[in-house]
Amino acid sequence: MALLQIAEPGQSAVPHQHRLAAGIDLGTTHSLIATVQSAQPRVLPDALGRVLLPSVVHYAAPRADADADADADADTAEVTVGAEAVALQPHDPLNTIASVKRLMGRGMADVLKAGAPPYLLVDAPGMVSVSTAAGVKSPIEVSADILRSLKARAEASLGGELTGVVITVPAYFDDAQRQATKDAARLAGLHVLRLLNEPTAAAIAYGLDQGAEGVFAVYDLGGGTFDISILRLSKGVFEVLATGGDSALGGDDFDRALALWLAEQARLDWAQLDAHAQQQRLMAARAAKEALSSQQAVTVHSTIVSRETFAQVTQPLIQRTLSATRRAVKDAKLELADIQGVVMVGGSTRMPVAREAVAKFFDKAPLTNLNPDEVVAIGAAMQADVLAGNASADGQWLLLDVCPLSLGLETMGGLVEKVIPRNATLPTSRAQDFTTFKDGQTAMTIHVVQGERETVNDCRSLARFQLRGIPPMVAGAARIRVTFQIDTDGLLSVSAQELSTGVHADIQVKPSYGLSDEQIAQMLTDSVGKAKVDMALRMLREAQIDARRLLDATEAALAEDGDALLSPVERQHIHDAINLVADRLETEADTDAVKSACNALNQVTTAFAARRMDASIRRALSGRTLDAIA
Amino acid sequence: MAVTLTEAAAKHVRKSLDKRGKGVGLRLAVKTSGCSGLSYALEFADGPGDEDISFESQGLTLLIDSKSLPFLDGTELDFVKEGLNEGFKFNNPNSKAECGCGESFAV
Repeated sequence: MALLQIAEPGQSAVPHQHRLAAGIDLGTTHSLIATVQSAQPRVLPDALGRVLLPSVVHYAAPRADADADADADADTAEVTVGAEAVALQPHDPLNTIASVKRLMGRGMADVLKAGAPPYLLVDAPGMVSVSTAAGVKSPIEVSADILRSLKARAEASLGGELTGVVITVPAYFDDAQRQATKDAARLAGLHVLRLLNEPTAAAIAYGLDQGAEGVFAVYDLGGGTFDISILRLSKGVFEVLATGGDSALGGDDFDRALALWLAEQARLDWAQLDAHAQQQRLMAARAAKEALSSQQAVTVHSTIVSRETFAQVTQPLIQRTLSATRRAVKDAKLELADIQGVVMVGGSTRMPVAREAVAKFFDKAPLTNLNPDEVVAIGAAMQADVLAGNASADGQWLLLDVCPLSLGLETMGGLVEKVIPRNATLPTSRAQDFTTFKDGQTAMTIHVVQGERETVNDCRSLARFQLRGIPPMVAGAARIRVTFQIDTDGLLSVSAQELSTGVHADIQVKPSYGLSDEQIAQMLTDSVGKAKVDMALRMLREAQIDARRLLDATEAALAEDGDALLSPVERQHIHDAINLVADRLETEADTDAVKSACNALNQVTTAFAARRMDASIRRALSGRTLDAIA
Repeated sequence: MAVTLTEAAAKHVRKSLDKRGKGVGLRLAVKTSGCSGLSYALEFADGPGDEDISFESQGLTLLIDSKSLPFLDGTELDFVKEGLNEGFKFNNPNSKAECGCGESFAV
């Protein structure tokens, strides 16, 4: 028997047509699921009333009776998710996978650079995987197990199958990481209505999209990561202006700082303590930290810790979040005074030290009245409700997202031509015409890249494909239209078409996995810092391309008319000038040198060009009467 | 003629109204749709309509339009928990047959 919920006036669902939609915050340390019921968003607890599902998965070896099936099959393997998996972690660390989000869409090298997790990593093609007792698990499979657990919880709570979900991802996630998240959802049997940026979801939960336009900062301090995002809201569109943060800074570091300080007070050498004692002291520090959010002072290991002491001990950590915040504001080319509001997200923002520091930093009270653990999931649930078609039909609320990094393709000389600029609103489709570089060129490689820099080497390569069957024409005559299309999830498809013949090629960008968060953030900051170098390089490459084109044209002209129209001396001059240009190209001379050589060549060929023009006019006119021409 | 709320239902309605921050009460209605012919609708009410008949139960206002009333007379609205799932349930003496899902009924 289905149970009814209260609807907004005029919006009662027709039987069997109410669509169950949910928002999922798939976090590094915790995940949770929320939905909109009786016009109110709420997070869904499990049977024991727990809202947060630790993002931890334990894989046990398949039982003996499954031995016949030597390759451990997912169905026979025991999978434990959440708090129960956390309990198994001390006994079986190799088969208990935590913080899998850090591995999503990454290659082996990226993961090792960030410090190896305590599991057996396998370098699978494209993405690193984890070897467990139940076989090799990719981060996508592990995430799918977390999603499956949330899905089961939601379907038990709502009494029906989920029509669709909105899953949140960090704003800096690139195409590979977004695609990996989508794949995980598909594997868990979930239909993804859209992926939503976490800071955007938090802004929605606070209703910022309904009210004022302006610039907002989202300060997200979780268990293990810190993210700061600067968002601009205008006409219902959230633009991510800048992101920053520290992927290795979170509540755990505050626990550690306090535990170390306590050990020092008790004249204990932290390094001498065994793992178990360290763990216990960390837990005690954590409990003290949490208690200090509501009390002025607590006693741990017979040491009194006041809020002031805690603030002093953790000052360097808070300072790190504030420097990252300052950088992000600067990247967005804004002043602190331009920020209209600050949203606090993540369990660690319960700490009064964090709230006070942020309030002081921005000189305004941050928004903290929603539960900081739940705010992202709630925003996602509100978005899911709209996308599933349950919310108001007057459609005043269609939130758009933006493309986080520019997308473009490689042109001659290793340069990037941006087709879709950063922060274009999604979905979007842009087309640009390109042409051939060589006479008689019949194929063209389309190399799709992502990033803000001017050269291909500094951007990320996403895909390559070839357009063949271009009819032979002189260089520059073919018209090839390249269309980039991004859907609402930020996933890209690219097609190329030669317009005179209609030959056509396209590709769905299945991004080659393997770029780290730091690299994405680095790419963004680099593009600002290296703008000058980039432009100089671009000018050099463009000069080189012009020079090569000039050489090709001059040589073709010499071969055709050189004997007839030039004296040996003139011919020698032109040859000298050609050699100079070729030489400067060969030796990678600077832009000015290449340009001056080209100018010299242009000068000595001016007379030759004029004579060729005369000759061709004479050819065109010879044998005709004046009347016929007029 | 009367329509009533159980204590559990009243408590939940009051909580929902508080959270929503506006509304004068609850609207109960019957619509002609669903697999057994009629279906229930449960909505927040922002004010009475012309054809509405108003009831008081557990200190809350229930609004029912005059066309729906014959089908709802004597109904008790309950709020129940079934495992993790919780929601409102119509205990309607007029209902003679329900479809399996309970979302629609016949009189």
